[in-house]
Amino acid sequence: MTRSAPITAPAPADSPPGRPAESRSRRRSRRVTAHPVAGALFVLPFFLVVVAFLIVPLGYAFWLSLSSKSLATGVKFSGLDNYVRAFTDPLLLDGLLRVVLFGLVQIPIMLGIALAGALVLDAVTTKFALAFRLIAFMPYAVPAVVGALMWGFLYSRTFGPFADLPTLVGGEPIDFFSVSLLLLSLGNIVTWAWTGYNMIILYSALQGVPREMYEAAVIDGATPVQIALRVKVPAIKQAISLAAIFTVIGTMQFFTEPAIMARFAPQISAGYTPNLYAYNQAFAYSDFHYSAAVSFALGFLVFVVAYLFVFVNRRRGARA
Amino acid sequence: MKVKTRLPHLLMGVGILYFLVPLLWVVIAATKSQPDLLDSPALWFAEFNLFENIGQLFREDGGVYGKWLLNTALYSGLSALGATALAAAAGYGLARFQFLGKRLFETALLGMIMVPATALVLPTYLILAEVELVDTMWAVILPSLLSPFGAYLVRVYVDESVPVELIDAARIDRAGELRIFWQIVVPMMRPAIVTVFLFTLVATWNNYFLPLVMLSDAELYPLTVGLTTWFNTAQQEAGTRMLFNLVVTGSLLAIVPLVVAFVLLQRFWRSGASAGALK
Repeated sequence: MTRSAPITAPAPADSPPGRPAESRSRRRSRRVTAHPVAGALFVLPFFLVVVAFLIVPLGYAFWLSLSSKSLATGVKFSGLDNYVRAFTDPLLLDGLLRVVLFGLVQIPIMLGIALAGALVLDAVTTKFALAFRLIAFMPYAVPAVVGALMWGFLYSRTFGPFADLPTLVGGEPIDFFSVSLLLLSLGNIVTWAWTGYNMIILYSALQGVPREMYEAAVIDGATPVQIALRVKVPAIKQAISLAAIFTVIGTMQFFTEPAIMARFAPQISAGYTPNLYAYNQAFAYSDFHYSAAVSFALGFLVFVVAYLFVFVNRRRGARA
Repeated sequence: MKVKTRLPHLLMGVGILYFLVPLLWVVIAATKSQPDLLDSPALWFAEFNLFENIGQLFREDGGVYGKWLLNTALYSGLSALGATALAAAAGYGLARFQFLGKRLFETALLGMIMVPATALVLPTYLILAEVELVDTMWAVILPSLLSPFGAYLVRVYVDESVPVELIDAARIDRAGELRIFWQIVVPMMRPAIVTVFLFTLVATWNNYFLPLVMLSDAELYPLTVGLTTWFNTAQQEAGTRMLFNLVVTGSLLAIVPLVVAFVLLQRFWRSGASAGALK
């Protein structure tokens, strides 16, 4: 999985809590104005990078995806043929279904553990809890490649301690790379890598919940578990759903872990995940036109799902 | 009270074990020779071979591991610096100025955050191939400069913690816009800047898909791609060459700098990443 940013906004470190209303009104009647193009100039360099590495590549990929190349006819315009092919390609759909199933199981488990951990950290402030917080976060700093390699070694019969455990009591050794266990093995790698990260995000959100919100409940004799479930969790619903969105975006791009695990588990096919499929179409089969279509379609799908999620979430938030 | 916290502590203990075991394994395994790696108990030490492994690691294939390490540091350092600078300027510009198209750009920015990064990799490869930039360090660094989330984060932060009055006061004193940004705004948003820097640093350091697609010259590889090529060779040659121990030792050395950086800089990035989720 690839994720490039923390998902909470930083809190001002030393700004006064609550700006006085007076300064707000003064802001509207300010006498000095900035140079009219100064703001645009601050944004310009960023904008240029957006154009060069987001808009142009997507545009070019879309244009490429509208044509096809064959030995007989060379490159020729083919309209939406590549997309029709993509959405009827059993290999691609298979990979897509696999990733969706994977996400449906792995995401709730991971976020559930992360939330439980965050609630514990919010309530327990011992040295031990501090150590737990630090250690749980450490896998985030480990490259996904190295994480997948480490778990691959740990799973394997020759290097790892776990596969042969059942033989101690006369059982069969576990094959973590078998078809039936492979998704679980991958799920464990992802859970290991990202639970701590999400836990820190949720913990940070919990720290921002004002104490007054549950002081009354404490006085009324509510137990810590009741406070956690009835006050704290609803208070950070927004942060939880954001963590969920970013996890969904990451899961749909699933690539590194299966690509590395394929070295241990040859049954990981070229189309095991949609992203792996797009990569192999380009570099194993040199079909850049089809690869561009798969890439574009996948990106679009993820974008739409994420946007819908935000939209529905906002509507729900507005109604509440 | 003691009894009430026993269960949470037990659960945290299980968690610590879970998160730590793979890391412990890699530390222990890095001290073993290849035969010991295959034969000795996985989670306990055998003959101590760490320094021999490290020596061999930096000699193998003409010292290419050292190059990978330097490449990784160079790519992630430059990318993170550049991405942070762009995000800081853009975030400030959006938070504190009015200009044509600002509203539209801000809406688009939220959309950009949702664009999956890997969906851009193949398209970017195709573009960079057109301008003959693939298989150069720029093919990894330039696309990594894009950090819509960084810009958004800075924008939110400036909005909350850099008072308009302060900027106006500086303008009355006839300070130039660049000087205001550099001398007043940047110091005030340091937690946001450190956060964006660290997280883009990790993203580039750990990136696999982008360099895998962009680079074919082994001299240009970062650690992630380099280690996997060694691992592939080790698998294919089924242990006739001493490579598994190098993959393990190389993995350990690839992790250490970032884990140390995160633990040491905890105070900074935690204050940057705390509270107030996206609104």
